[in-house]
Amino acid sequence: MIDFETLLNPTAKNIKPSGIRKFFDIANEMEDVISLSVGEPDFHTPWHIREAGIESLEKGRTRYTPNRGFIRLREAISGFLSRHYQVQYAPESEVLVTVGGSEAIDLCIRSVVSPGEEVLIPEPSFVCYVPIAQMAGGVPVIIETKAENEFRLTEEELEEKITEKTKLLVLPYPNNPTGAVMRREDLEAVARVVERHNLLVLSDEIYASLTYGAAPHVSFASLPGMRERTILVNGFSKSHSMTGWRLGYAAGPREIIGVMTKLHQFAIMSAPTTSQYAAIEAMENGDEDIEYMRGQYDMRRRLILDGLNHMGLSCFEPEGAFYVFPSIKSTGLSSQEFCERLIYSHHVAVIPGDAFGACGEGFVRISYSYSIKHITEALERIEAFLKEL
Amino acid sequence: MKTDRLLELLQENAQLTPAQLAAMLGEREEDVKKAVEALEKDGVIRGYHALVNWERTELHRATALIELRVTPQKDTGFDEIAGRVMNFPEVESVYLMSGGYDLAVTVTGETMSDIAMFVSRRLAPIGGVLSTATHFVLTKYKDGGVIFNSDYEERDERGSNLCD
Repeated sequence: MIDFETLLNPTAKNIKPSGIRKFFDIANEMEDVISLSVGEPDFHTPWHIREAGIESLEKGRTRYTPNRGFIRLREAISGFLSRHYQVQYAPESEVLVTVGGSEAIDLCIRSVVSPGEEVLIPEPSFVCYVPIAQMAGGVPVIIETKAENEFRLTEEELEEKITEKTKLLVLPYPNNPTGAVMRREDLEAVARVVERHNLLVLSDEIYASLTYGAAPHVSFASLPGMRERTILVNGFSKSHSMTGWRLGYAAGPREIIGVMTKLHQFAIMSAPTTSQYAAIEAMENGDEDIEYMRGQYDMRRRLILDGLNHMGLSCFEPEGAFYVFPSIKSTGLSSQEFCERLIYSHHVAVIPGDAFGACGEGFVRISYSYSIKHITEALERIEAFLKEL
Repeated sequence: MKTDRLLELLQENAQLTPAQLAAMLGEREEDVKKAVEALEKDGVIRGYHALVNWERTELHRATALIELRVTPQKDTGFDEIAGRVMNFPEVESVYLMSGGYDLAVTVTGETMSDIAMFVSRRLAPIGGVLSTATHFVLTKYKDGGVIFNSDYEERDERGSNLCD
């Protein structure tokens, strides 16, 4: 008998599983569940983008691509970043096409963090940064962002956590799960600290295209002096509804992208070829699709925000991604209790805020990546649930 | 007011309340109400109705698409004949078409023979009607943008990912 307990890597073995699982398990066993739980677009990939993928298959273009990705795709990405976020990257050496934004995050952390070095991670946030940092031998240091700051990272919160071991700051904005965005002045404050302490920044801007409100998304790399310190991560999943194509990218200083490419080359070789053909079309001719979907999400965002505020779940106005993150403290329930009772009694699935970090306690993540009909029905049920409490 | 957005939302779901529409469009509820009233008054919005799948009921209901070839009248063209056709309560829709025939008419009745009688007794004798061709609808898969048999509706496949 093999004792796997002793054979497995203890770091890997002890990684905490995602807190979202439980609710999917409950939801899957129930009929008539209305879910507002997922973190992916409900739109199909726009047809012309799918068609570009299909055409490449018809022509038999099914071989490896260069490790970094097709040069035409990297050129198109470079053009996209310049056009939308005013950041310039050389397609030959400063852009790497990856398997989703998540691979880019993994490569970045493994490329820059040495054992014992600290990685600053604002929470609530996407669940992957902590385990990846741990696997790299790094030490995750959590920065708890606050509802009263609309979940923005402040200069003081950041400064407070810096030690001589701090290496990398993760900047996950627009934010999953809170929908928070960082405005230019907020980023400038962060940049001052980054400069002062000689940090690197992993700017996860996967939701950049889904920014609402008056101010457009500001890329951290576009701030003076920050381009050389930033690994910019983005992708196609959220902006072009391409989650299943598994395609993202990193852009940054050639030295860092070079090392990331080396890791990528040995683990992945090259990102999926069909997806890269589709992505070229997305980058070159997909700006209108982004605008259309953004307009639709924005209407749903307003609808759900209005609905929640009317039923007394106070919620700051999220300006990015496709989540709202209302406080449920007025109910006296914990996040877990709230979600469990809501799903059992009214068959609506939302995610407890503490799945995204301890400071998410007292909040729930509600996704509005659903049709208006679906959202209005779910809101009615949530309202009925609150009245019965 | 983004009128095109307002119309799209209502066409999709006419049951949205003015408050919901106002929230989505970033407008005041009062202004949405006024805009809808104006659209109704101007004849842009012509009505609201439920999309009923009669096949799921006990009631008998037959539908046919009838192609009419007609001689256009001097001065009035197709309008006069179309006007006569559309006044029958049995007629659900009348379209002027390009191509092999002129008017496409949707007719409903309790049974197929009711419709056949209606065509031969009412439509065919109208002056200027050259010929009719009746096509009975056997089943409706989709109507008014809505899929009628929920078995064919797309499933939401999302939710299998545990850390998105």
